[in-house]
Amino acid sequence: MTTHFQTMAAIRFGYGLSAADVPPDNVDDMLSRLRGPDRMAAAWPIASFPVRARESLNFRLLRKSFRNRPDTDKKARQAVRKAYRRMFGGLMQDMRATVLRAMDGHDAFRERLVRFWADHFTVIGQGKGLRFVTTAYVEDAIRPNVTGRFSDLLKAADMHPAMLIFLDQTSSIGPDSPIGKRSGKGLNENLAREIIELHTLGVKGAYTQKDVRQFASLLTGLYYNFRTGSRFRAAAAEPGAETVLGHSYGGGPASVADIEAALDDLARHPATARHIAGKLAVHFVSDNPDPALVDHVATAFADSDGDLMATYAALLEHPLAWENPGEKARQPFDFMVAALRALNVPAQTVAGLDAGKTRLWLAAPMEAMGQPWQRPNGPDGWPEEMDYWITPQGLAARIEWALLLAGRMGGDQRPQDLARTALGTLVDTRMLQVVGAAESRREGIALVLASPEFNRR
Amino acid sequence: MPKYKDDRVADMDRRRFLIRSAMGGAALVANPGLASVALAQAPWENRLVVIILRGAMDGLEVVRPVGDPLYARYRPTLATKPGLDLDGYFALNARLAPLMPLWRAGELGFAHAVATPYRDKRSHFDGQDLLEAGTVALRGAGRDGWLNRMLGQVPGVTVKTAFAIGPGDMLVLSGAVPTSAWSPAARLDLSARGRRLLEVLYHDDPVFQEAGRVALEMTGGALPEDGKGEKALDNRIMRMMAGAGRASRAGALARFAARQLNRDTRIAAFSINGWDTHRAQAGGINRPLGELADALLELKRGLGTNWGKTVVMAMTEFGRTVRENGSRGTDHGTAGVMVMAGGALRGGKVYGRWPGLGESDLYQNRDLLPTSDVRAYAAYAMRGLFGLERGVLERVVFPGLDMGDDPGIIA
Repeated sequence: MTTHFQTMAAIRFGYGLSAADVPPDNVDDMLSRLRGPDRMAAAWPIASFPVRARESLNFRLLRKSFRNRPDTDKKARQAVRKAYRRMFGGLMQDMRATVLRAMDGHDAFRERLVRFWADHFTVIGQGKGLRFVTTAYVEDAIRPNVTGRFSDLLKAADMHPAMLIFLDQTSSIGPDSPIGKRSGKGLNENLAREIIELHTLGVKGAYTQKDVRQFASLLTGLYYNFRTGSRFRAAAAEPGAETVLGHSYGGGPASVADIEAALDDLARHPATARHIAGKLAVHFVSDNPDPALVDHVATAFADSDGDLMATYAALLEHPLAWENPGEKARQPFDFMVAALRALNVPAQTVAGLDAGKTRLWLAAPMEAMGQPWQRPNGPDGWPEEMDYWITPQGLAARIEWALLLAGRMGGDQRPQDLARTALGTLVDTRMLQVVGAAESRREGIALVLASPEFNRR
Repeated sequence: MPKYKDDRVADMDRRRFLIRSAMGGAALVANPGLASVALAQAPWENRLVVIILRGAMDGLEVVRPVGDPLYARYRPTLATKPGLDLDGYFALNARLAPLMPLWRAGELGFAHAVATPYRDKRSHFDGQDLLEAGTVALRGAGRDGWLNRMLGQVPGVTVKTAFAIGPGDMLVLSGAVPTSAWSPAARLDLSARGRRLLEVLYHDDPVFQEAGRVALEMTGGALPEDGKGEKALDNRIMRMMAGAGRASRAGALARFAARQLNRDTRIAAFSINGWDTHRAQAGGINRPLGELADALLELKRGLGTNWGKTVVMAMTEFGRTVRENGSRGTDHGTAGVMVMAGGALRGGKVYGRWPGLGESDLYQNRDLLPTSDVRAYAAYAMRGLFGLERGVLERVVFPGLDMGDDPGIIA
């Protein structure tokens, strides 16, 4: 029998309940699973950034050479198409692996945390050569760091090539650097601004345009070249020291260490602790979290110097984190994974989808529900509010997909049993009556998946 | 124009109207009886279309002050792109060449060096929120948009008077007054009993009740023929995607807007994205500029004689730096340009007080100095088109705005 704790742990901090696995029993259990080995990364591997970046570069070079050709050569066109299909296949494969990892309930909090931090450090998989490399960025920069120190996560994400490209750091040049003097090129403040505004202090933090400018100046030198793989060029670094939020950095020969020192200080800033604690509480617990919960998490973050395990422990140990279920909407990715889990769809079924079927069954419906895979609207990631997700068109897409899934993978279970499995102690008798009154098993199952109870968490 | 595009727009047109109510995404559906009969007379004949240009359009790239030699100095690569002469001082970005007939006919104009009251932090998100809220500062709770507050001041407004179009949220139209929104529809393969049970499930949950009622309403039609077997399922999933992609391009949105504006709608709003040209701006701005040109031309074509009663205002959250950056792009700035069009516009003119480009003329030695409030132009447009009083505009629609002298933009 699923306890109330298990129900809450699975629904609020995981991807819902399933007959296939046993959710954690208590907070220590959740944390010890998180402290343990990352089993899912091993079970469903995702290609690393260097691999995907090389493939992506080769593809783009091929396409470019084709475009530059004056007369259209049929063979060349076919080669480009074939290469595109291969790239798209990789993208769908990476998406499938992400879904498959989340479908396993043993260490579901880890998967949720990876999605949370991938969203906090959003890189949009669109344009700039990023479409096919974004999952690899999450795999390399985010995933290994979600149980470590925030400052390490911050450095890994914001100094990662994908981020440098996404936020235009690759084209920011110190005007008085050798390259700047030669080329007349200058600063691009995009990365500097978003690190402060989105990744650390938050837009409410006490910083000025001057801090952004100085920080942008400090960040010069960081860059990425797809062809060479190089990540730093001292010749583009602005000479001299920079002052960001009252601290002075650099002054000697340009070095990554100065940039890391500034990132470490930003990670340690009191506004950062509040910003991160607030985001965690909003994402996991409520669109309007109790300030006492946020304070508690922020204090743990600050007192532990950004130790993320201590931060999560503070979140999980607080009674407010376990109250008022259902204040959040499951985002489309969560909803789809939760549905696959509730129906106990075998991992091998999902793993067996080819690229086209992955698009049809997962990517296209997720987009119709309002969440195109790895393509939020801006560097601030996906909105959290219930109203953003539960719209007529978004809900219609959820219902339609639920019907399709129920028809194809519903199996022979009774809708009432599915409701009990999926909602644990949160199931209510009226709902059981309603889904039991459906005229077909398929519709009854779809009703469970389309219900407010299943779409809230 | 490929045929399927027109078909798709016609199809959208048949779909039921959605009504957006007070807070954000919550929505209701019109009384179905209402949709088929003539609605109450719209309060005016004039029409206003607001286009939000998201991502911070570079006004200096679009309406280029080539008459000042400093322009070429600040923008060594960007300024070399040839433009189309407007008035001897400003030149239009060549990608907007299809709009030159409008300019010559007095149906295209600009307001330069305009900005919202937003300063210094230069965040897209806050900048857009402020542009759409129409306020001096961002308030905490209770977000509503200036177009919605304006509707609240006018008698005789119906749910179809104002229409938000396209997949994204339009804060500018949200608020207490119900307005319409178009969204792509799906068709649910659900029995009548299933639909009723879903209504029961949603009955006690306000968020799901509202969204669910509209969802069921807009998916109420018969299922299209999907064929048989495996392929049918694929077709059904593909249909879920309708509305994403091509159908949400600005030209298609504008065509849909024009159809509504020819009926009971008097205010339409939609977005064009993609203006955040931090690098390779000369090429990168072509796509959004092309969409803007398409949108304006489709509006003119679709509105026919109603174009003469229409003003279009395309506005952005802030401008971009005067100097090009190291990557042949520009960064977030302050003042920029507003694009205006329509037969009811007194166009053929670049409005605004030009601040100049000398170093001391710039804002913080980096941005074009704002010399007028973008809200003042919108206010004068609403005053001219809809007869709103100045006091209402300055207190309710744009609280804290000083409209200043009438620029005379309405013909």
